[in-house]
Amino acid sequence: MRQRVRIMVPLLAAGMLAVGCTGGGSTPAPQGSGAASAPAADQANPNDLPRNETLYTSGTQWGPPANFNPLREWDSATGTKGLVYETLFHFDPNAGKLTPWLAQSGSWTDDTTYEVKIRPGVKWSDGQPFTAKDVAFTFGLGKMETIPYHQLWEWLKDVQAVDDQTVKFTFSTANYQEWDFNLYNRAIVPEHLWSKLSEEDVLNGVNENPVGTGAYKFSSHDQDRAVLRRRDDWWGKTALNMEPKPKYIVDVATPSNEVSMGLLLQKGLDLSNNFLPGVANLVKGNFGLTTFYKDPPYMLSANTAWLVPNTTKKPMDDVAFRKALATSVDVKKIVEGVYGNLVKAASPSGLLPQWDQFVDQGVVSQSGFSFDKAKAKQMLAAAGYKDTNGDGLVENKDGSKLSLSLIVPSGWTDWMEAARSIAASGKEAGIDITPDFPDYNALVEKRGKGDFDLVINNERQLSNTPFTYYQYLFQLPVQKVQNTVNFGRYENKKAWDLVHDLDKVKTDDIEGMKAAVSKLEKIHLDELPVIPLWYNGLWAQSSTSTWKNWPSSAQGAPKFAPAMWRNWLEMGGFEALTQLQPAAS
Amino acid sequence: MRRYFGRKLLIYGLTFVVAVTINWMIPRFMPGDPVASMLARARVSQPEAVEAMRAYYTSLFGFDQPVWQQYLGFWGALLRGDFGISIWVFPTPVSTVIMGAVPYTLALMIPSVLLSWVVGNRLGAYAARRKLLDNTVLPVGYVLTATPYMWLAVLLAWGFGVILGWFPVAGGYSFSTRPNWSLDFVLDLLHHWALPFASLFLVALGGWAIGMRNMIIYELESDYANYLSALGAPQRLIRRYAFRNAVLPQITGLALQLGVLVAGALVTEIVFSYPGLGSLILKAIQNQDFFLLQGTFLFIVLGVLVANFVIDIVYVVVDPRTRAGMAGATA
Repeated sequence: MRQRVRIMVPLLAAGMLAVGCTGGGSTPAPQGSGAASAPAADQANPNDLPRNETLYTSGTQWGPPANFNPLREWDSATGTKGLVYETLFHFDPNAGKLTPWLAQSGSWTDDTTYEVKIRPGVKWSDGQPFTAKDVAFTFGLGKMETIPYHQLWEWLKDVQAVDDQTVKFTFSTANYQEWDFNLYNRAIVPEHLWSKLSEEDVLNGVNENPVGTGAYKFSSHDQDRAVLRRRDDWWGKTALNMEPKPKYIVDVATPSNEVSMGLLLQKGLDLSNNFLPGVANLVKGNFGLTTFYKDPPYMLSANTAWLVPNTTKKPMDDVAFRKALATSVDVKKIVEGVYGNLVKAASPSGLLPQWDQFVDQGVVSQSGFSFDKAKAKQMLAAAGYKDTNGDGLVENKDGSKLSLSLIVPSGWTDWMEAARSIAASGKEAGIDITPDFPDYNALVEKRGKGDFDLVINNERQLSNTPFTYYQYLFQLPVQKVQNTVNFGRYENKKAWDLVHDLDKVKTDDIEGMKAAVSKLEKIHLDELPVIPLWYNGLWAQSSTSTWKNWPSSAQGAPKFAPAMWRNWLEMGGFEALTQLQPAAS
Repeated sequence: MRRYFGRKLLIYGLTFVVAVTINWMIPRFMPGDPVASMLARARVSQPEAVEAMRAYYTSLFGFDQPVWQQYLGFWGALLRGDFGISIWVFPTPVSTVIMGAVPYTLALMIPSVLLSWVVGNRLGAYAARRKLLDNTVLPVGYVLTATPYMWLAVLLAWGFGVILGWFPVAGGYSFSTRPNWSLDFVLDLLHHWALPFASLFLVALGGWAIGMRNMIIYELESDYANYLSALGAPQRLIRRYAFRNAVLPQITGLALQLGVLVAGALVTEIVFSYPGLGSLILKAIQNQDFFLLQGTFLFIVLGVLVANFVIDIVYVVVDPRTRAGMAGATA
């Protein structure tokens, strides 16, 4: 998602033309000898990985693998959590259910007590048995203030290993939705090693020799890659009857998307989780590349891109203005023109397609919005925004000039184009919007401090519950610096209380969840603190030259999300690896 | 001689101090707050946790101290060879990150700069004397120097890497192998090194050849050459003298070239995704990694100063006039 292809698009088109001409539509480009030399020779040398047993991935790691610390969920090396360390549960977005992983089962014994039975016979990679104490220890680490899940302890009272197989969690407030989220997101670390570490090392340690329960171990790493090797004594082989097929996984740190594209075409890469504009042409052509869908939008949806207005500034503090703004945005143009249909337009609620069952269509049809230039003009006029100086653009209610800037990070070319498109359609409706492209870090700072008019953001991924979505929208209190949520600084006590209410609905109570979500949806659409635009894709391009049976919408194909992205290995990424088949046989 | 080098060293010392100071200043005047972006990446939303982490990282990187103290601390650490901890690849020390990248950059730049210089000079010198060569080398040279470097590199990567598949398009060595002392690995390294090297070599080559050709023609028409020729000296001898005189400006050119050496590597390393200093600089800027940026710049400054010093010495050796001048000064 970082650097977008800029100059490569025309070049790529030219290159593809050339390939098309020379190859006459047959398989292009003979295999590069660099990444994939003869397997027979490889086996003789223990330092070489046999191509047919190795999976090459990219798109997660953007720099050298810096640490192997599973608590650093945001910058640890790819696979640290998910391949090396594991969680108690996995989450299956298709079924909307948790699947037991390190836990054999888990249940609420009463309203505020959760009991986990862990799987017997699981061993850490150093041979020590995995016990309930490790689980209790891991969650106990959260008591340290600097641990990312420290906040859990505001409503978790106690965690105890009752015996070797049983862990008991006692809550002061049972936030069922958030708890499920924690169950499949927290990597369990071994007590016998981690209890010796200082707080400093727990948070900042490199953890050079990670000891996990997972199916892989790191075997080496360098500035531009990390190599994982399968553990043949992994517990899941017998307990889950699963085995990830690649013996080795090489995760390539991609410096740019162009290079990913090159590697993919050279067949030196099997799975690229990069955003590759124009990939639709490659999928349609005979390049041996596949994506989840054969047709638009090609990818599963991973998160929602919103237009976030700063609700503390005029005129964005006016609901009527925000609604007119939302009505002025021509999302279809962005989806088709900027993305070439690689993404889907968002529903007015912005809830991801995987959460479709929670969308209250009644609320949407009553309070939703859709692109309509004439209506946007009308709404502006009705709300008192008039064009007094006759330049075709409306002024503030008090007659002062209305001019907004929309910021997106410099270099994110698709978002830059989208911002231009939003500005253009805004101007047609009479709202003066100027796109502005500050450096990413400068943008983060402005966004955090509330020093902006409009910003595009997508920092909430799919999860087990719409709770995380509405937490992003409504979280209170608004701080001096807003780090991850509610960048628009929207304050609505009632909405935040409703988010808490949703949190307290049991996760198997779908009807209860629907009812709570419906109320939030209504507030969202009536107040529009953020304007949903489109669903960003789970970018995944895979090459069928070495591995086949990639997840796809086709009949009989696996339906897991093919992603190595952080926190996605628990949401189907790992399962997708178990479904692969060598292409040769 | 001693005074000459003493003066040079003093100038280099001053340059070093100024460069380091600027080097320290620039990242601090860039917009944005590195700790804030680090926390934003951490995706921690709970205010207490954020505050705790912010305080922790701010003191870890020393941003809570007054600016003058940060500056003095920077010099202190520098003299101890401590460049701090990278923000981007936290918690790896900057020196480790740089040391991992330096061999690649040097292995790429030194041969390409020196070889293109040597070969370019030879080619240029020959071209000045042979019509046929002149008519071929010169136009090609002009095309090569005029080519935007970026474009040539992308063309090479696309043509030889993706279309023909002769060369890999990314990495310092195959993603399927591990560093080891074997012939296979060395060959693999060379295989990955070839394209970036070729792109740098080709672009520089044209410039040197053109320069040398023009210099030789100029020298061959100068008075001393005509005089030698009138005396009946063999053509070979005249050309040797001409070459020696013509090479002096080229040496100065080389010194300048060494100065922009790393800048050249930046684009190469990005296009070929080669793991050197150039890609580090880009990443450091993008991630607002003060310490990494300082470290790499410092390395470049040192490199440029050392290169220039070496050229100074070379000058003394190849140009008798410098020696004569120094003798005059000390006498």
